[in-house]
Parts: sequence; C-alpha cells; structure tokens
Amino acid sequence: MPFIPHTEQEITEMLQAIGADDISALFEEIPAHLLAGELTGVPEGMTEMEISRLMHARASQHPQSVCFLGAGAYEHHIPAAVWEITTRGEYYSAYTPYQAEASQGTLQLTYEYQSMMTALTGMDVSNASLYDGASGLAEAVLMAVRGNRKSKLRKILVPTTVHPSYRKTTQTIVQGQNIELCEVPYDETTGVTSLDAFKQQAGDDITAVVIQQPNFFGNLESVDEITDWAHENNMLVIAVVNPLSLAVLKAPGDWGTTGADIACGDGQPLGAPLSAGGPYYGFICCTQALVRQMPGRIVGRTVDQDGKEGFVLTLQAREQHIRRSKATSNICTNQGLVVTASTIHMSILGASGLEKAAAACHANTISLVKQLSQIDGVEPAFNSTCFHEAVLKLKKPASEVLLALAEKNILGGYDLSGSYPELGDAILVCATEMRSDEEISAYAKVLAEVIA
Amino acid sequence: MSEVPSELKYTKSHEWVRDEGDGTVTIGITDHAQELLGDLVFVELPEVGVDLTAGDACCVVESVKAASDVYAPISGEVLEVNELLTDSPEIINDSAFDDGWLFKVQPSAEVELDDLMDADAYEAEIAD
Repeated sequence: MPFIPHTEQEITEMLQAIGADDISALFEEIPAHLLAGELTGVPEGMTEMEISRLMHARASQHPQSVCFLGAGAYEHHIPAAVWEITTRGEYYSAYTPYQAEASQGTLQLTYEYQSMMTALTGMDVSNASLYDGASGLAEAVLMAVRGNRKSKLRKILVPTTVHPSYRKTTQTIVQGQNIELCEVPYDETTGVTSLDAFKQQAGDDITAVVIQQPNFFGNLESVDEITDWAHENNMLVIAVVNPLSLAVLKAPGDWGTTGADIACGDGQPLGAPLSAGGPYYGFICCTQALVRQMPGRIVGRTVDQDGKEGFVLTLQAREQHIRRSKATSNICTNQGLVVTASTIHMSILGASGLEKAAAACHANTISLVKQLSQIDGVEPAFNSTCFHEAVLKLKKPASEVLLALAEKNILGGYDLSGSYPELGDAILVCATEMRSDEEISAYAKVLAEVIA
Repeated sequence: MSEVPSELKYTKSHEWVRDEGDGTVTIGITDHAQELLGDLVFVELPEVGVDLTAGDACCVVESVKAASDVYAPISGEVLEVNELLTDSPEIINDSAFDDGWLFKVQPSAEVELDDLMDADAYEAEIAD
C-alpha cells in the first residue's frame, strides 16, 4: 500500500467536492512573500542500496577518529542497556500517544522524563520534548513574548556567546512575528557577557534576556546577577543549558533570587549518540506561571473513575488540534524515541552517575587545555572558568591545523573563524569523560608537531 | 434554555455588556457561552490600563475541552479585572452574568453600545 493512498482520481473528486481548481488553491491564503519557492540543492531520491553505499562511504571517512569536538553535540558514554531497551517493540515509536487507554507505558515514561527534567533544571514544569535545542530556544523566545504582558516592544537580548546556530534558527523562526533579537557583545578578555554589556543594550522595554550557561565558548556566565537585574527590570529570563552540566552547575530555577523563567536546550548529551548530527531532541521547562504558554505536549498524572493512578496528555486546549492558529506552537513535533532513550539513560546513571560524568568531563578538559597550552603557538583565548569546553588561539590557520589533525585521526575541535572572525585563528576544544589520559597526551603530541 | 437578562447588551461572539450608568461598562461571557465551553479551568484576563479596540481578542477562557478568545465588545480602557477568576474560573460556570464578570472598561465611544444586540436579538441568535 502506498504511503499516501489517494489516487489522482480521488484527489480530483475531492477538489471538485469543495470547489477548488487544484491543490495550490488550498494554500492561497499564504502570502506570496512567505513561500520558500523551489528547493534547490535537494538531490533526487536514492534507492535503499544506493543510500547504504553512500552512508558506508561517509562512515569510513574518519575511521577510529578520537573526538575533541563539541560545539553543541558531545560524545558521551551510553550504557548498552539504553538503546537495547529503547528499541524494544513496546517503546519503538517517535510519537507521544494521544490514546491514554492504549499507551500507559509510554505516557508514564514521558511523565518520568518530565519529572527528571524539572529536577535537573529546578523548574516547575517540563513538556514532552521539542525538535532540537535550537528550535527550543525559538519556542522559549515566543513563550516569553506571550508571557511577558508588561512588555510591548517584543525585544529580546541575546548574547553573542549563545550558540551561533541557535541564534540563526531563532531568527528564522521569529522573524515574521515582529520580534527583535538584540545582540549583546562579550568581553574579549573573559569570553563572557558582562552585566554592563546587557545594560548598554537595554532600552526602556525589553521582553526577555537569553543566557547560555555554559556559553558557546564553554565559559561560565554570571547568571545570578544577570537574572536579578533582568527581573528588577520586568524582563523574563531564558536559560539555555547543557543538561549534563546541571549535575554540577546551579540549576536555572536557582539562578539569582527568583530563578530563570524558562530553561531550554538540547538533550543530546543525555543518551543520544552523535550519529552525524541527529536525531537529537530539544527540552523546555518553565515556571508554573508560564505553563499555559508552554508549546507542545505535556503528560500529566491523574486518577481514573476508580481512583487508580493513570497518565494522560494534559493542558491540550493550548495545542494546535484545538486552538489552531492560536496554539502555543505550530511546530508540534517532538522526539519521543530519543526522549525514551534519554529517560532510560538518566535512570541508569542516576543523579550520582550524571554528576560523575559531568565532573570527569570538566577534569579532562582542564587537563587537555593545560597540556595543549604548553605548546608554543597555542594559548587559551580567555581567562574564565569553563565547564567542558575552552577556546584556544593558534599561531597557524585553524582550518589547516584541524585538517592536519584529522589526517592523524584526531577531530581536534571546532573552527571558530566562521562565526567569530574577531578571535582570529581559534578553535573550541572539548574532552568528555570518554577521553583517556593517553588520548589527551597523544593529541598534545600531534598538535605540537602540526603547529611547529 | 440558558438565561438572557433583558437589561444587557450582547455580541455574536457571546460576550455581554452591562452599562453601569457612570461612564463605565462591565463585560463577561454569556450563560450560553459557558454552557458550550463546559467546566472552565483557566481565564487569562487583560492587563489593567490597556486600551482595547472593539473586536480585539483581549482575554482567553479555557475549559477542559477548548480555549476560546473573548473579543472586546466595545473600545476603551480596561479599568479593572475580576481577580477572583484567576484562582476560581468556575465562578463563570456558576454565575456568568454576575460574579463571573471578566473586566470593566471605560468606553472611548459610547455610541458603539448601539451596535450591540439586545436580549431579544441575542436570544434569536442562539436559538438556531
């Protein structure tokens, strides 16, 4: 049976029944300037055999490479049980189920996921996940605009230290909605955003501030004082966080006196393999005050008519199948399967396991930066405290150095010259708990040869 | 059959307006509207001080099965909102025309009141 079972004849009959000339007539209300036009650069489809061949060829490009690359996606140990359990038939679905009577297992698992995320972030509520971290930030911005009714100007302060892809994605999603994203520059010495920099960008009416912790450079921002200043000036605070880092860093719900209002980010570090960029998942949590602005699905715990515990999708009146164009979000996809893996991952590691993994990442990165910085022609770009990433300045072109390292099967880091040309030749390096002392020493040895 | 008090004015979108005779009007949703919505669980009220234009979506009433906009029946400044609804939205189910009022407005053009339906017209409207 074909995936879309309508024949040409059926389509024609349906169009006649509603009095439309062709399918494009159904989309006439979309203004012409909003249409994307023809998609160029999307190749023709491939057969399964062709795609397998292509993927095998790509996979063999970096055999056995040792990864010191982060920049938003991180190589962590995933216990074998995680995906063994996740891919069981009972769980193997990408969707959050509507049918409570048939889906108690999946609904309970999602409920447990939400409970874990609220515990990690220190927030009141979590949804059942979003598409990814970048679109999660866009949703958080839209939430803030709806939720901060004291603000009229729809202006959001976004530091340059927020992940460049997150900023671009957010701009793309909010640009048609009369929302202004104002960039706040970082300090060149510290690689963090000072409160004064925020103050200089702030006018009379700012809807919200975004703070990424740790920031894209791996550095720790002054989240407490920025949060307090924002709240004193009627702004909401959006935290972009790496969920693993929350095992050792202060939860967004505890930032400043009153805590952040929304916490979002990418769930990849919690059980999703790198796998060439996805699928990952986005998470978003908020305070009780903003719960009705929350996009997407939320699973709630309730009792049935006999008083027995059960799980259901809740607060659905916000969602697009009921509220249509006025729904809290019209990107209603989530990542049920990756969230399933993530929930199992967190339950296997437990709070102490997450803390050990996070602490090992920090210790390995400190060791890596120390060893690499001893090389002539390599120096740390900033003097700030980091979590598990740091920026190094190189005396040779970053792209050439990374290519030379790749030939020795070392993925040496992320070239910052594209997004941050002002840093010159600089790379962002990361050493998770996966990197052994031997691998770190080997990287230092090879880099010394390459840069000499 | 739901109640339709004769002293009030009505809109097609099921808001009611009471002229308080002191230059202010009180606004709510009708008994018919609350019956259609079912048990109300949340009300998002407008901000005090906001200037409304007749027809603006200015308030949301959410029941277990739907979330609906409330449209401003008349232009003017919001003077007061019914704070009790924040914790007890079910007041609207019990008393749509009295305790369940939503907000009070100082009309900028009282002539707009004449555009609204009287009780007979509204009763005919919802009889269909």
